[in-house]
Amino acid sequence: MKFQPKFLAVAAVTAMMAATLPAGAQTARDQIRVVGSSTVFPFTSAVAEQFARGGQFRAPIVESIGTGAGFRAFCAGVGVTHPDISNASRRITAAEVASCRQNGVTDIVELKIGFDGIVMATRRGSPQMNLTREHIWRALAREVPVNGQWVRNPYNTWNQVDPALPALAIEAMGPPPTSGTRDSFNELVLVGGCSTVAEIRAITDSAERNRRCQQIREDGKFIEAGENDNLIVQRLASGAPGAFGIFGYSFLDQNRDRIEGKTVDGVAPTFENISSGRYPVARSMYIYLKKAHVGVIPGLREFVTEYASERAVGQRGYLASRGLITLQQADREAQRQVVQSLTNLSM
Amino acid sequence: MSDVTHSGGVGLPSRHIGDEAAKRLKRRYAAEARFKFFGMAALSAACLSLLVLLWTIVSEGYTAFQQTHIKIEVEFSPDNIAPAGTADRRRLMAGDYRAVLFEALDRKWSDVTDRDGQRLLEGLFGSGAEVQLRDMVVADPSLIGRKVEVWLLSHSDVDMFFKGHVGADEASGGRMAARQVAWIEALRAKGEIEKRFHGRFLTGADSRDPEMVGVLGGVMGSIFTLAICFLLAFPLGIMAAIYLEEYAPKNRFTEIVEININNLAAVPSVVFGLLGLAVFIAFFGMPRSTPLVGGFVLALMSLPTVIIAARAAIKAVPPSIREAALGIGASKMQMIFHHVLPLAMPGILTGTIITMSHALGETAPLLMIGMVAFITDVPGGALDAATVLPVQIFMWADNPERGFIEKTSAAIMVLLAFMLVMNAGAIWLRKRFERRW
Repeated sequence: MKFQPKFLAVAAVTAMMAATLPAGAQTARDQIRVVGSSTVFPFTSAVAEQFARGGQFRAPIVESIGTGAGFRAFCAGVGVTHPDISNASRRITAAEVASCRQNGVTDIVELKIGFDGIVMATRRGSPQMNLTREHIWRALAREVPVNGQWVRNPYNTWNQVDPALPALAIEAMGPPPTSGTRDSFNELVLVGGCSTVAEIRAITDSAERNRRCQQIREDGKFIEAGENDNLIVQRLASGAPGAFGIFGYSFLDQNRDRIEGKTVDGVAPTFENISSGRYPVARSMYIYLKKAHVGVIPGLREFVTEYASERAVGQRGYLASRGLITLQQADREAQRQVVQSLTNLSM
Repeated sequence: MSDVTHSGGVGLPSRHIGDEAAKRLKRRYAAEARFKFFGMAALSAACLSLLVLLWTIVSEGYTAFQQTHIKIEVEFSPDNIAPAGTADRRRLMAGDYRAVLFEALDRKWSDVTDRDGQRLLEGLFGSGAEVQLRDMVVADPSLIGRKVEVWLLSHSDVDMFFKGHVGADEASGGRMAARQVAWIEALRAKGEIEKRFHGRFLTGADSRDPEMVGVLGGVMGSIFTLAICFLLAFPLGIMAAIYLEEYAPKNRFTEIVEININNLAAVPSVVFGLLGLAVFIAFFGMPRSTPLVGGFVLALMSLPTVIIAARAAIKAVPPSIREAALGIGASKMQMIFHHVLPLAMPGILTGTIITMSHALGETAPLLMIGMVAFITDVPGGALDAATVLPVQIFMWADNPERGFIEKTSAAIMVLLAFMLVMNAGAIWLRKRFERRW
């Protein structure tokens, strides 16, 4: 058998030429592109699928790359090569708005879609525990005040934190620092929990206070379990009765045979409590729309209209059945108004 | 060993007879038996873990190829869809198939009139049933105005319950109301609910509903991505290997190149994703999320390994073959392309295909270039937005719905089958080209 050197050369040249070809394909785009948070991803993709079923437009492409990375891509510029919508499990920051503006993305529409509750779940049938956020902070902080002295967290069991709690070993599995859920956990549970501690209040330097509040112990009591929440659920179900998992409400909703949510500050993590704002560990979820792309990318306005519609985010909408905690009626009306008029974001 | 010194002239035979020697011999045999045992133990441990892995995947995943269907009579009334005789695809797509389904439910369960009961009935079917009805009409518009008995996809929650993966109520993982369970039991008694082969899993793409997902989107994405990767890495890798092996002078420069190729082969794959984002997407303006960019990134990643494998294969061709070719007047290029390369081909192919199998399993570099995405269309070419099979598995594993557990395992089965086919291809090619000298 003979090998023609031509064959190799032709194959390589063909492949190289394929690289120059898409330059033309870039000029138009008939699919909406969404980037951002992995927490909002399941909801946006459900809307995308429903939207495409109308048969009028192609299904939007939804990328799950994280809130921060999403904003970076979103703010990179205006034009078909840049995404139209960014999912976020927190509000856009002033710095991100500034970076958007620098790249010409001046008009941004903010749409609040609902809440996500962060639950503290244990294996089903674990003993009753009336946790407060201060308990959680004391159990998981790296350094805690004991008799007025800051010491390495000495607690091994919950009843050492508070005698009213059961004598179960402290063990918590939660998301890594790169996750948006972890940011919210830090902010809502740890910062919220430490604010009632006298020694923390005594610290005047806010950076120092934040550091003391948000540092989590590293002696193996808190396990960073990775981004996969299903894995945490599995490990809880087969683990010790006192072991905690920290993740989004929808995973509790889907696994009630194996795990149960603990009350925090006396409020149980139920749909009603999260929606009404009584449950203390809940965050809002947003999508951000690039106004300059409306009218350029076909179906963009229709897509956000679908997203704000009652059949999507309403009390009985299809997102609620996927675990979205919906906004109150009046808020939903307000969001629909925003979509109607495409009101610019105001910080 | 002290007996050696005072046994005199008959020293040598005395070491190999007697109790001491028998003991030694026994010890040596025992050591050999132990070694064999450890080897066997290691091998069986490996086999066992492979079996456990396969067993968990197959036992969890095989049910995904069937889906629970409910038999129901539907009427495709023109009021809900379009006047009879409409052929316009867009109008047929826009019909209200939800209403078609709900009317059928009202007829079948005419005794259920309260709003809550109707909602529970609607809950037996997911959005999959609507899509199924729509696809039927789009495929055959003459259905409009007719009444037909169809098997419709049930909601994934019903499917999980019917397959026995969860119990009925919340305490046992199910999401069924008592009335829904009663209806399902009644249907079961009449034979109007059953598990049927679910072709959509093999022909569909991603969805947010477990009953609607399919692996073809991921499979096609993987095929296109690997094809681009192969077209780039294979010729470039061989050319680089030939140059380095046959032409390049041995000096400091080629040494540095060689070291760097070896280093590149060990670079974490996510780095190539970052490179792809910066170079192919930002600089060359290639479209995001496409197999084209994915193929380029994976080609960059596989190139060092392909070069190393190709160089090893070329080096293994005996020098006598080169000398013989040159001796009868072949040019250096003729010598390489007529003799060395064909003989090295089996080795090169094996190395390349193993690298391709490796590239097939990559997800990390693809995250950066937007291939970790929700895409509901099966890609038709290398310029369509697509995802690949391992990314599909990764995304399904992350979904909260129970129905995705079996789909994830089933997708892993498809990925393993894909890999087996590729490796079988490698063995077949190697056998075909194999030469002995």
